[in-house]
Amino acid sequence: MSNWEPVIGLEIHVQLRTNTKMFCGCGLSFGEPPNTRTCPVCLGLPGTLPVVNAEAIHYGLLIGLALGCELAPRSIFHRKNYFYPDLPKGYQISQYDEPLCSGGSLGAVQIHRVHLEEDAAKLVHGGASGRIHGSTGSVVDFNRGGTPLAEIVTEPDLHDATEAAEWLRLLRATLRRLGVSDVNMEEGSLRCDANISLRPAGSTGLGTKTELKNMNSFRFIERGIRAEIKRQTAILDAGDEVEQETLHYDPRTEAITSLRSKEEAHDYRYFPEPDLTPITITQAMLDRASAALPELPLDRAVRFEQQVGISAESARNLAFRTELGDYFEAALNGRTRTDAQALANWIGNDLVARIGNDADPAECKVSAGALAELVSLVQSKAVTREGALQVLDRLVADGGEPHAIIEAEGLGAVGGSDELGPIVEAALAANPDVAEKLKSGDMKPIGVIVGYVMRETKGRADGGEVTKIVRSQLGL
Amino acid sequence: MIDRDQVLHVARLARLELEDDEVERIAGELSKVLEHVDAISALDLDGVEPTSHVVDIDTALRPDEVTPSLPRDLVLAQAPAVQDDGFLVPSSKA
Amino acid sequence: MADATSLTAAAAVAAIDAGELDATELFEAYRVRSAADELNALTWVAPEAPPTPAGPLAGVPLAVKDLFCTEGIPSQAGSKILEGYLPPYTATAVANLQRAGVSLLSKANQDEFAMGSSNEHCAFGPVLNPWDKTRVPGGSSGGSAAAVAAGLAPWALGTDTGGSIRQPAALCGVVGLKPTYGTVSRYGMIAFASSLDQAGPITRDVTDAALLYRHMASKDHRDATSIARPDAIELPSAERLDGITIGVPEKLIAEGVEPGVMQAFRQALTKAQELGANVVDVELLHAEHGLSAYYVLAPAEASSNLSRYDGVRFGRRADGDDLAAMYTRTRHDGFGPEVKRRILIGTYALSSGYYDAYYGRAQRVRTKIADDFRTAFSAVDLIATPTAPTVAFELGSKTADPLAMYLNDLFTIPVSLAGLPGISIPAGLSDALPVGLQLAGPAFSENNLLDAAYALERAIGFSGAPWESAK
Ligand SMILES: [Mg+2]
Ligand SMILES: [Zn+2]
Repeated sequence: MSNWEPVIGLEIHVQLRTNTKMFCGCGLSFGEPPNTRTCPVCLGLPGTLPVVNAEAIHYGLLIGLALGCELAPRSIFHRKNYFYPDLPKGYQISQYDEPLCSGGSLGAVQIHRVHLEEDAAKLVHGGASGRIHGSTGSVVDFNRGGTPLAEIVTEPDLHDATEAAEWLRLLRATLRRLGVSDVNMEEGSLRCDANISLRPAGSTGLGTKTELKNMNSFRFIERGIRAEIKRQTAILDAGDEVEQETLHYDPRTEAITSLRSKEEAHDYRYFPEPDLTPITITQAMLDRASAALPELPLDRAVRFEQQVGISAESARNLAFRTELGDYFEAALNGRTRTDAQALANWIGNDLVARIGNDADPAECKVSAGALAELVSLVQSKAVTREGALQVLDRLVADGGEPHAIIEAEGLGAVGGSDELGPIVEAALAANPDVAEKLKSGDMKPIGVIVGYVMRETKGRADGGEVTKIVRSQLGL
Repeated sequence: MIDRDQVLHVARLARLELEDDEVERIAGELSKVLEHVDAISALDLDGVEPTSHVVDIDTALRPDEVTPSLPRDLVLAQAPAVQDDGFLVPSSKA
Repeated sequence: MADATSLTAAAAVAAIDAGELDATELFEAYRVRSAADELNALTWVAPEAPPTPAGPLAGVPLAVKDLFCTEGIPSQAGSKILEGYLPPYTATAVANLQRAGVSLLSKANQDEFAMGSSNEHCAFGPVLNPWDKTRVPGGSSGGSAAAVAAGLAPWALGTDTGGSIRQPAALCGVVGLKPTYGTVSRYGMIAFASSLDQAGPITRDVTDAALLYRHMASKDHRDATSIARPDAIELPSAERLDGITIGVPEKLIAEGVEPGVMQAFRQALTKAQELGANVVDVELLHAEHGLSAYYVLAPAEASSNLSRYDGVRFGRRADGDDLAAMYTRTRHDGFGPEVKRRILIGTYALSSGYYDAYYGRAQRVRTKIADDFRTAFSAVDLIATPTAPTVAFELGSKTADPLAMYLNDLFTIPVSLAGLPGISIPAGLSDALPVGLQLAGPAFSENNLLDAAYALERAIGFSGAPWESAK
């Protein structure tokens, strides 16, 4: 069996969160009743003409700047001609050989191009939905038709499924930070196709690629790519050739099927859209986009790691989730000084575990200042980690000030031989066999004593301190 | 110049059904037109920029402001077939 | 006063303003004439006179080529596939005119999707030439030109892609102005070839052409290719052509022009000289290739523009068991032979492997043609040709030979490809049929063009048009 290296490139369609559609003034649709967000233009009625949404160009420039692309001073819209009921004009207005942005990179992946186009409408298939009784028809809803899309095409720089999904997460974080899209895969505002080919490991050529269409979650992307790599490996191992085709991955059955029949040759007959003149990017447009460019997740992660001094993993966790990063910085820069790494851990692990993975911590009841205070109380040993977790539960439920909760609930750390001495004494007395073993130098059962003390103090004692007192009481 | 198969291929791209007896005639007509058009293949056009628009004008961009959509009854009024508040079309062949 | 339908539009406006003429009566008079249309020039006539609108055009009625969308009124572009189609909006050019006070009288027949030079390629039957009902009126705005020539309307809107205003105006003995590309919004004009389509007036005289164009032109935020005119349109007043140099592309017109047409053309040039113009030969090196370039570019754009006629959202649908069958049958049944021919040519020219040889080259030829005009206009003020090489031909005489039909637009197409304004005015008669003189000028030179046309119109003193019989 040969050793094959997968080569993966991604094509991502991003719905832009403008107020209006790409070429008409209809508002974007968020689940409105069918065909209530349409006009003569986006219905492709005879005589209508497209006019480019200035904000979509602005968002395109923001994406281009964020990905380090070269921004074309002049770019052109083309018509991509094909017939389908979700495409009212019989062509999609897209960009072809003169896109808005070319080149660039995000992380280790080179960007080939970014261009703007219009989304297709929604086609509800009778068979699939079961909504259309006794008919073999489909129903078209043009609400989504004409929504602005940015299509981002990468170079084939990815080499495995996990890497592809990871990179897509970074892209999503970047786009979300830019505020240009909802980037929600389930709702279709972020859609990803993958071009996949295999080549003998160590070679540089490219094998025949297949295009895996529209995988609508990160999980499915990873699984779909993995399944397609497996399928191609089997074909090549058997000495056969991969056929260039468009494929669909079914996450339920894990089956990969061909999307288009081979007889239906598609020849898109691209030509410059005669209804639109070239898009000229003015200095004012560039200035506006530059001024609107925020710190991007990748840059923020580097800053967190190098300037704030937290681990690379924590830095990525916080920076790639803008809301977490913002919360972290608010906690770090508030009145309470605290250790950055400890704070990062508390936010990234304990807080997120309580409020949910996708929640914005700014909207939970734990203020950034309160969390910073709690972490600093743990560090000064005024409260144990166990006690602090109880405080956090209370904060998540009701909000408030950590020191007040500690005081009211008596959750402060119990420390010193004065307080802990008698409890340790009682623990040893209650477990004579353990005390014997400890005395003989077998420290293994120390946990029994620590556990006893923890129970008695409701977790407010420090385990290390308890061990120290045990040793001194037993004269070890 | 342009043969039967090419006519059928182009007709398929254009979603035009042609009668069998039309195809030969159309092939002949298209050939004649294309033959005339072919006069331009002899011209020296090296370095000549293609013209898509005769008038050189600044891009007209539209402010991102919502304008009213059409009422749905008007949207569907001219449709040949309507179902579930949408445009009904036959399904693609499996 | 005499029958009000004998007045030009400008004269009617003046009479209404002076209180000598009632706009509703005028409308009604035209409505009656239109209802008795024997030329098949009209596809719709208003059932009654609308309330007289305010505005400088004082309620003067207007015939509008069928392909302009008019809200709630059939707008079928001469095609079966749009039979009975009622748009939910009105084209900008029509809306502009309605705001200026015209009343919509009728929709005018046309070649299907503006593809044709004879008005025989219509789903709703051919239009007859009012000068001789055995002959064609020209096309594609043949209904508009015939209606104006026959006095079914005081004036009309047409559209011109490769000559579709100027050629029927010539063949019907009326005035047709194709303005500079972009100065009249295309929004609401059912598209043939987007980079060439331009709306313009078809009128009884040059003054009316200026008046109608003045009120239809606008920079429209709904049309990204529309342009604001650098100046306002004045009503023409020139009496002389002193200091004007008129270029004649002798090489271009050397072949294929009927002797009678050439004679009328030369006589018109002599009149120009008498008015003080300097007439010189001018070279348009690539103009002879205009036809070739045009018959790639226009069908290519059309093949894409006509993809929306798919039986899904509006218009005609043919039954089909599956989607592909529905599409192909709808388009088979809905489009006429000339439209199919052009869709096929255009699809071919854009298809993989042929784009560079056809579309790409045609775009470059277009560049050369535009350059030639720029060069020519550094030496001359206007360029004159016969509008069409022939007078109105007999119905059916060219339908079997598409290429022969296309050759009718040989002199109008280069002007269209360059996006320039061109006007056709009656130059005289040949065998009792009108001959058109085309004058073309640099972009935005409509005021000069209209002035020159006006001076020549007076000098030529053309008369005998059917509408005059209403006097
Ligand atoms: Mg795309
Ligand atoms: Zn819309």
